[in-house]
Amino acid sequence: MTKCTEDNKPIMVGDRTIPPPDARYITISIMGQPYEVPETLTILKAMEFVGYQFKRGCGCRGGICGACGTFYRIEGHHTLKTGLACQTVVEPGMILAQIPFFPSNRAAELDLETKMPADQQIATMYPEIFRCVGCGTCTRTCPMDIDVMGYIAHFKRGDIMGGAEQSFDCIMCGLCAARCPANISQFNVAMTARRIASARLTPKSEVTAARAEQVRAGRYEPMLAELCKMSKDELKKLYVEREREPDLAKPGEWMPEDQTHL
Amino acid sequence: MSEGYTPEMLDLIKKVEESRPQRLSESRAGKGFPAMSMDARDLVLNAYHPDYTEEGRRALGIGPNKDEVYPEELIDLLESRSILEAVKPDLSTPDYETDVLVIGGGGGGSAAALSAAAEGLDVIMATKLRHGDSNTVMAEGGIQGADQEPDSPYYHYLDVIGGGHFTNEPSLVAAMTNDAPIIIEWLESLGMMFDKHPDGRMKARHGGGTSRKRMHSAGDMTGAEIMRVLRDETRDRTEKIKILEFSPAVELLMDENGRCAGAVLNNMETGAYYTVKAKTTIIATGGTGRLHYRGFACTNHYGATGDGLVMAYRAGAKLGYMDSVQYHPTGTAYPEQNVGLLVTEKVRGLGGQLLNIDGEQFVFPLEPRDVESAAIIRECVGNGKGVKTPTGRLGVWLDSPLIDELHGPGTVQRELPAKYIQFKRFGIDIAKVPMLVYPTLHYQNGGIAINDQSETTIPGLYAAGETTGGVHGHNRLMGNSLLDILVFGRRAGLAAARAIADGAQAGAASLNHLVEYGKALSDAGLDRGAVSPMILPNYATDEIRSRRWDVKSPTV
Repeated sequence: MTKCTEDNKPIMVGDRTIPPPDARYITISIMGQPYEVPETLTILKAMEFVGYQFKRGCGCRGGICGACGTFYRIEGHHTLKTGLACQTVVEPGMILAQIPFFPSNRAAELDLETKMPADQQIATMYPEIFRCVGCGTCTRTCPMDIDVMGYIAHFKRGDIMGGAEQSFDCIMCGLCAARCPANISQFNVAMTARRIASARLTPKSEVTAARAEQVRAGRYEPMLAELCKMSKDELKKLYVEREREPDLAKPGEWMPEDQTHL
Repeated sequence: MSEGYTPEMLDLIKKVEESRPQRLSESRAGKGFPAMSMDARDLVLNAYHPDYTEEGRRALGIGPNKDEVYPEELIDLLESRSILEAVKPDLSTPDYETDVLVIGGGGGGSAAALSAAAEGLDVIMATKLRHGDSNTVMAEGGIQGADQEPDSPYYHYLDVIGGGHFTNEPSLVAAMTNDAPIIIEWLESLGMMFDKHPDGRMKARHGGGTSRKRMHSAGDMTGAEIMRVLRDETRDRTEKIKILEFSPAVELLMDENGRCAGAVLNNMETGAYYTVKAKTTIIATGGTGRLHYRGFACTNHYGATGDGLVMAYRAGAKLGYMDSVQYHPTGTAYPEQNVGLLVTEKVRGLGGQLLNIDGEQFVFPLEPRDVESAAIIRECVGNGKGVKTPTGRLGVWLDSPLIDELHGPGTVQRELPAKYIQFKRFGIDIAKVPMLVYPTLHYQNGGIAINDQSETTIPGLYAAGETTGGVHGHNRLMGNSLLDILVFGRRAGLAAARAIADGAQAGAASLNHLVEYGKALSDAGLDRGAVSPMILPNYATDEIRSRRWDVKSPTV
């Protein structure tokens, strides 16, 4: 990222941490070993600052891939906390361990063609959801603030769509499963449920299917071949002249004047 | 909630709020800031886009693309020796034999593996990190596909090639835009949770440079949703697809006829090397953001170190468009913890506007990305109208609260859930206050040259996705990378199946090409003692680096 000095001249630091000269340092403990790190860093960048080069426990670095789930306590406090290492800022006295992988149960062979009712399908694939004791630890553990126990309750009640929607933000880090006293692998149940909800409980897009059929029939190949042969100037002319669908046009209502290439 | 901003920044935000009612009524009347003419685009690109300046680039001294000028960080890797050059391992009995070796476990690799497996082939997918660790998961805004009534692949083609400044490889654009509706339908059939209308119709939106609404999405985590669905599907195909995680390919194997014969993998956790002999090999290793060209931060995944490019180039594959990099206009500039991270173009697609320190618009919000980026750099560095953060970075406002004003309260939280959470963690409610953004290194436009069947210039070697170059020309539009990886991943899998049906076989595997490459490097006087591929980025401080007494390579 550009970092600007007084005269707006950028100095470039990539993703390495170069703390300002007046940075304050705090002590954190990485799996029991204390290190001094600049405050305001995320756990991930603090670990790199002290010299870790990640193989596991690091992924997108932006809170969406689930590679860097981390448990921590603050020294002197009994509460066990969780966070993503790439999204959680270090605190003084933090004692942390990453959980880059956790053994989970995944039911094999999802059948999206089955006639079995969706709720039964989930109940058959993951009967352990009915052992949920309602302790809510999964919800308190989730670094994405998902009501995990809530979506499991939806599945138990047979509301597959409701649970699928509620679990949508799941990044499959596995921290919920790590803490579940009923041994449920919640994130895998949710993955299956979202696919069932989308493929079986949501109407298909007929517009999409019709267009895909036209593509398979080869309808656009001659038009595209024609474009492939055009000079830059010919393309430029077509590009500049193309009609733009209005921003607020309702789906399926606006049509261009020139319909020869639809 | 806005305590994440400093009082000084909150003062500046008042100017954004003052100009908002006026901008809102203009937006409602369909009268926004005007788009640039083609000439104005050229002007701002030439003056302010990092790709158009001399700094930080040099000519490549070796291989099929010798004398082409690329970013130095990439040249450093290409002008390096192989880790395996001096090892001379026994290759007579491979550890694995397979029909298809897929290198890379992101969206492109997964599409390749699934399509090859569907054709009845045995597949090994080797991936450096976990299956799914890729830039795919980070693509937020959407995937394009001309499936709506007023649209067709014809218009999609025009948008793609116009956005790419008419520099794209035409046959690749035709392949991508043609297959798009099939890909969307395929994802739907796998149970991807698309944003839909109640009757099942896909919600389709505009993106930068589109003439029709064809951006399909799953919240603002479209790529993550695609990836988790493809990964889940792959896990149900274990009888055909064997997945080797934490096992990056480090070099390709070549046979006596110059055909790719598989690859050498390294189990990163045990340090052991394994050989895979394959009838066909597909490279889908993604981009190079983690090389941090010119020191820019990037939006990319930790694994985006361009390993596939390096391997393929050593084996003699031709690269294309390698001088062209995409800077995403809206990387986060504040808070410091989020710096560099992508703010999806969907924010602007929904009506969010870019504003300078005075709360004024200075650019049409949906210019092609390179133009938009250059315009932001011009406003900050050229016109001095950027907002400075407490750590001295510059940025411009992205007025997200306008979205709720335009489309109703709750829209920001509903349409941009991941972004909403990401900022909320640091005390910034993006439905109430704007975000501060600045361009960030985002996408590698160039890469291994392929044809419309995903074939590289090396027999038996295919490539798909960000590791290839040509389909986007010198500028990619939003929503075409998720499409690109799936179209060409699928085409690679199908092409491999056709080749095998025609009797494709690999001969005796060798690594002689590494020795030749090393010798050519020495002969050209380019041997700096560096080895590559990089495999993992290294973000240690200088102090720590100096204490790693045994690490000699300047790049690894």
